[in-house]
Formats: sequence, structure tokens, C-alpha cells
Amino acid sequence: MQRNRLAVAAAAALAATLAAGCSGAAQEPAAPAAQSSAPAGPVKLTYWTWVPNMDKIAAAWNSANPDIQVTVSKQAGGDDAAAKFLTAAKAGNPPDLVQAEYQMLPSFVAADAVADLSGDVAQAKGEFGEGIWGLVTLGTDAVYALPQDSGPMMLYYRQDLFDKYGIEVPKTWDEYAEAARTVHKKDPKVFLGTFSSKDPGAFVGLAQQAGAQWWSISGESWKVAVNDDATRKVADYWGGLVKEGAIDDQPYFTPEWNKALNDGKLLTWPSAVWAPGVLSSNAPKAKGRWAIAPLPQWGTGENASGFWGGSSTAVAAKSPNRAAAAKFATWLNTDPEALGLLVKEGAVYPAAAKGGTMLGEAPDYFSNQPDFWQRAAAISATARGFTFGPNVNVTYNAFKDAFDKAVQDRSAFSEAVGKMQEATVADMQKSGFQLAQ
Amino acid sequence: MTPMTKRPGGARTASAVPYLFLAPAMALFTLFMAVPIGYTAYLSLRRTKVSGLGLGKGSRREVFAGLDNYTATLADGELWAGWLRVLGYGLLVLVVMLGLALLFALLLDSAHVRLARFSRIAVFLPYAVPGVAATLLWGFLYLPSLSPIRQVLDVDLLGSGTVVLSMANIAVWGGVGFNMLVLYTALRAVPRSYYEAARIDGASEIQTALRIKIPILLPAIILTTVFSIIATIQVFTEPTTLRPLTNTISSTWSPLMKVYRDAFVTGDLYSAAATSIVIAAISLVLSFGFLRVVRDRAFGEG
Repeated sequence: MQRNRLAVAAAAALAATLAAGCSGAAQEPAAPAAQSSAPAGPVKLTYWTWVPNMDKIAAAWNSANPDIQVTVSKQAGGDDAAAKFLTAAKAGNPPDLVQAEYQMLPSFVAADAVADLSGDVAQAKGEFGEGIWGLVTLGTDAVYALPQDSGPMMLYYRQDLFDKYGIEVPKTWDEYAEAARTVHKKDPKVFLGTFSSKDPGAFVGLAQQAGAQWWSISGESWKVAVNDDATRKVADYWGGLVKEGAIDDQPYFTPEWNKALNDGKLLTWPSAVWAPGVLSSNAPKAKGRWAIAPLPQWGTGENASGFWGGSSTAVAAKSPNRAAAAKFATWLNTDPEALGLLVKEGAVYPAAAKGGTMLGEAPDYFSNQPDFWQRAAAISATARGFTFGPNVNVTYNAFKDAFDKAVQDRSAFSEAVGKMQEATVADMQKSGFQLAQ
Repeated sequence: MTPMTKRPGGARTASAVPYLFLAPAMALFTLFMAVPIGYTAYLSLRRTKVSGLGLGKGSRREVFAGLDNYTATLADGELWAGWLRVLGYGLLVLVVMLGLALLFALLLDSAHVRLARFSRIAVFLPYAVPGVAATLLWGFLYLPSLSPIRQVLDVDLLGSGTVVLSMANIAVWGGVGFNMLVLYTALRAVPRSYYEAARIDGASEIQTALRIKIPILLPAIILTTVFSIIATIQVFTEPTTLRPLTNTISSTWSPLMKVYRDAFVTGDLYSAAATSIVIAAISLVLSFGFLRVVRDRAFGEG
């Protein structure tokens, strides 16, 4: 027994020393990128991304640039990828380049995990629309990443079933609500759409369309307005439809949802430009029957959209080869050859303005709408800009919990928005962010 | 401890030998238990401090937080609500799972049983299915338009009232086999002469089971109960895997889910560390408390 206790004490002492050692290392400032000016031998870069076939695109770069060699490491996308990168950055061994979704970029910046590239990529600014560029500068003078793809939102609808139920493509959200009631009355098993309490990204896109600005920077402080008028309007609109039962309340991307899409039980999906990939794999039976139109508008004569998803290429703050990495990132996201490859191999909708011309033929699934990309490009130009804050993950998590509950209880969705605001502000205050009132 | 016999070679080697044997275990324990626990305890006393906008270099520092994370954890109503949910779920799982395990073990051990080998494997097999796979499998069975169950029984199996039962069902389905095997193995070790004596005294199968087998099984039942308590406190896989399919499970449904959310979703490693230490303390208290309460009864003179 005595011996046992001694061992525990020894282990505890050792643990304390090790822990102290760890923290010491973590607090050391990152070594400055001194050697980037004169690299000896080829610079080796690692790149974490989930774009399909990125290794082929990198191979094209590697053969043209023997002095900068990029190795692609395929990641699973989504929140897990962001958590993995933040953990790696904290542990001191991040990749040189990383794919960063726009909403995660501020968290990366706040964690000091990505480098400011303003000195390396200044000339790239002209290649992108203003709304997109704002997503990587966060409205500051710094440039934290290069935009890669974007997700302007549009209305996907079942052309054949719209004819069957005798409804027009809705131009305004009022018309959309009316159409939802009509469809559900004609066939109680069919819904015009569903509200997903699992996809904050879709909701934020719809809120952007209405003019929401959840975060903004004024001087040295953040302004948080998750519960602004525009967002509450959007929330209550959907809440009303869910409450009266005019639309469904099942989440997106579940087997149940796939089946509804496949069987023609769901007639629309307000989604982003990347939706063809989802539809073709999740609802193969409906090929050639879907079409796109601009999102319904809040007022007649308006013409606006928002973004759902999209990502950028960032360089890790701890990367010793910042300049080389920035060079590759610039090539990847602005060079015509690279953009062509991104479209062809990666099935990406490029963020760069000239990327639109790379898109020729409509996706196979939309063969009934040969001008798919032209329409998408026109809609893309109407997407409103947005600034994401440093704790989007907290806000998004609050969205899921609050809207799950609101959908369950059929309570007002604007209250759920209020909870998101509270959670976001509380988290920022706890961390010590400067907040403007 | 018996004293070491001295060998020609000296006392020095002899006294070092036990440590040599202990070294691998000690090293592994230190590396994979003591250090992570120590680091978690250390993290739980820290937090990040952001200044200004929190953008740019040096605006985020890690500072000593004292017991702030612990007070926040203990004052968090959501965590305690999570404990309550897990308690309800755990009671359900414990009673049904162990009850079924005991029943199956007794049935398999009874004198007249056919297809014993087949039944044993059939009951045990679900345990071999990984938790995530089992949950997905059941999840598909719960979804309204995919479920064959729903065509016969019109109940929302993922509704706010039923989701706990649906989850408990998965845990019971997966856990009965293992517990049954533990109990069954213990039963097989009982000398057959006890049963013969009982039979000669005129005891029926049921009387033998109630008066002889169950009292003999008590230590094994207690063991499986302790394991099951620990497992239910740590419930994570079932709710996390079911969560995308329904809007009735929050991100903090069980205490461990809250730890995961804090650490990897909202990025607050420090309060996650504090919460996990609180959870570890509570599970220790619960399992040792249970052992203490039942020890004297189970192990006789103790």
C-alpha cells in the first residue's frame, strides 16, 4: 500500500513537471519566418483540404514549380476539420496551408492560427468581388486567406411537380408561403419545403439575404447583433410556417430527407450553388426534374441573396514558409489554369470573378436547364456581404440547440434568435473581447 | 511481501529486480494515465484572456483562472439537467438490461433447454456490433418513412417523450449479451451437486433459480451493475449519433456530450477539462458508493 501511494505521488510530480514544460513551450512566441527569403532546396508545403482531387491540382503546380512542392493531405470537411486544425495549431505542428470555411476563419484568426498575408497577396484583391473579399479581411486591413469557393443561395425546385400542383415559381417569400399552403392542402403528405434546425449555415444565408449583419467591427470593439430586425423577421417567417404546418420541420441531410427528395415529397430547397452534388447523390431518381431560380425576395423589386458555405485557403501562422505558401494559394485561387482545374477536378464553384467563365456545360443532373451556370453567376452577383465573428462555433451551436427546441415546442423562432444572441455575447464577454453596446 | 532470497550476485541486483518488472507498467501508467490526468487538472485551472478585438498577434493569452471553471461548471443548470436525463436513462437501462441478462442466463442454465449454443450466441452477438453502427442501424428503424416499425405502430420514436426509450433500447440491445455472458459463466462454475441437493429436497426449477442461483450470483450481479453504472454515466455514442436525425436531443443531452461540445465545438478546452474532472469525481463516488452499500451483503464477511 505504502509503495503504491509513493508511486502515485511520483507520477503526480512528474505530471506537474511535464505540464509546466508543455505550457512553457506553448507560450513561447512563434519563430519568425526568417528563412523564407533564401530557401535551401525545394520548399516543402503541406496542405489540408477536402476538395476532391486536390492532389491532381497540386501535381500540376508541383511539376511547374520544382522549388515549391505541395503535398495534399485529404481531410474530412466540416466542424471536425476546423477543430483538428485549431488543435494542431495549438500543439505547434499545423500544416502550412489549410482550407478554411469563411465562418471559421475569424476563429482561426482569434486563435492566432493563421497568418496575415496582406504583404504577400495584395495584388489578388482585384480578382474577387467585394462581398467575398470582406469575408477574408473581416473588414480590417489584414488579409487572412484567399477566397476559394463561394456558396450563393438560390431556390432549387421540382419543375415537374410545380406543374402538377399548379404553382408558379414564387417571387417573394409571401408567395412562397402561399404556395406552401396550396401544396400541402392538395396533398397532406407533400411539403413545399422544410426548416432545418441543424443547419445554421443555411439560416445565416437566408438572414444575409434579408440584410442581417450579425457581427461588425467598430474601432477596437465588436458589435454583436444576431437578433437584429432582419434575422428576427426571417426567423418568425419560418417559425410561422412550421407552426401552422405548412412546411415540414425535419433536418436536412438525413436519410429521411433524402427519401422525401427522392420520392417527390419535398418540392423546394433554398440552397447554395453546390447543391447539384448533394441532389445527384441523395436524390438520383429526380434527375432532370429540378431547376433553379433566384431566392424569393422580401419585397417586390428587391434582388438579393446570401451565402451558405464556401471556403478559403489560409496559411498557418506557424508555417516557416509563409511567402511560398501564399504564392501557391494565390496561384490556386486566381490563376486561370488552376481555376479550370478546380472546376473540372474539384467540382468547386470558384470565388474568383473570372471563375464564372470556366463553367461551361450545366451539371448532368440539371441537363434540363442548360443555362444553369449563367443563372447561378447572375444570382451570385446579388449575394450580400457578411462579417463573421470570432466565435461563430458558439453561435452555430446555440442555433442548433435553440431551434431544435423551438421546433419541438412550436414556440416563436425569434426567441431562439434571442438565445443565440445571449450565448454569443456571454461567450465573448467571458473570453474578454471588447464589445460595443 | 515475502523477502527476496539472496543470490550470489549481490543485493543490488536483487533489490532492483522488482522495479525492473514494474517499470513497463509504471511507464505506461505514467504516460497514458497520470500525465493526461495531470494535464487535464492543470488545464482546468486556466482560461484564455482576449484583449480588444482578439484579432492579430498576442491578443489571446492563457491565464490562471483559479477555480472559476469549476464554479461555472457546478453552477451550470444544463449540466445538472443532463445528469437528471442520464439518471432516468441509466435507471431504465440498468433495470431492463440486467433483468434481461439475468433472465437469459438463468434460462440458458436451466436443466431443460434446447438450442442453448445458438441462443447464447444470438443474445451475445449484438454486443459485437460497434456502438455507432448499432445506433445508426436503430436510427434508421426509428425514422418515420424508412421504418418498418412505424408501419405497424404509429408512434414517433424520436419524439421528445420517446427518444429516451429509443436510446435505452439501443443500449439494452447491445449490452444484454455481455452481461448475460458474465452471469452465465458464473453460473457454470457452481457445482452441480447444489442443484441435485435442491432437487432431492423437492425444489422446482424456479425455486432453485430464486433460492440458490441468484444468491450465488450476487457478486457477479454487483460487478455487472458497477460496470453498467460506469457505462451509462459515460453515455455519449447513442445520443451523439442519433442527434442529426432528430431535433429532440440537445448538444448537452448528457454530461459527456457537454464536455465534447465545450472542447471541440465551442473551443473552450479549459471548462471542458473542469467538467470532465467533475464527471470523473461523480462517477467515482457513484460506483464506489454503490460498492460500499452492497459490499457487506454481497461478499459476506467483507
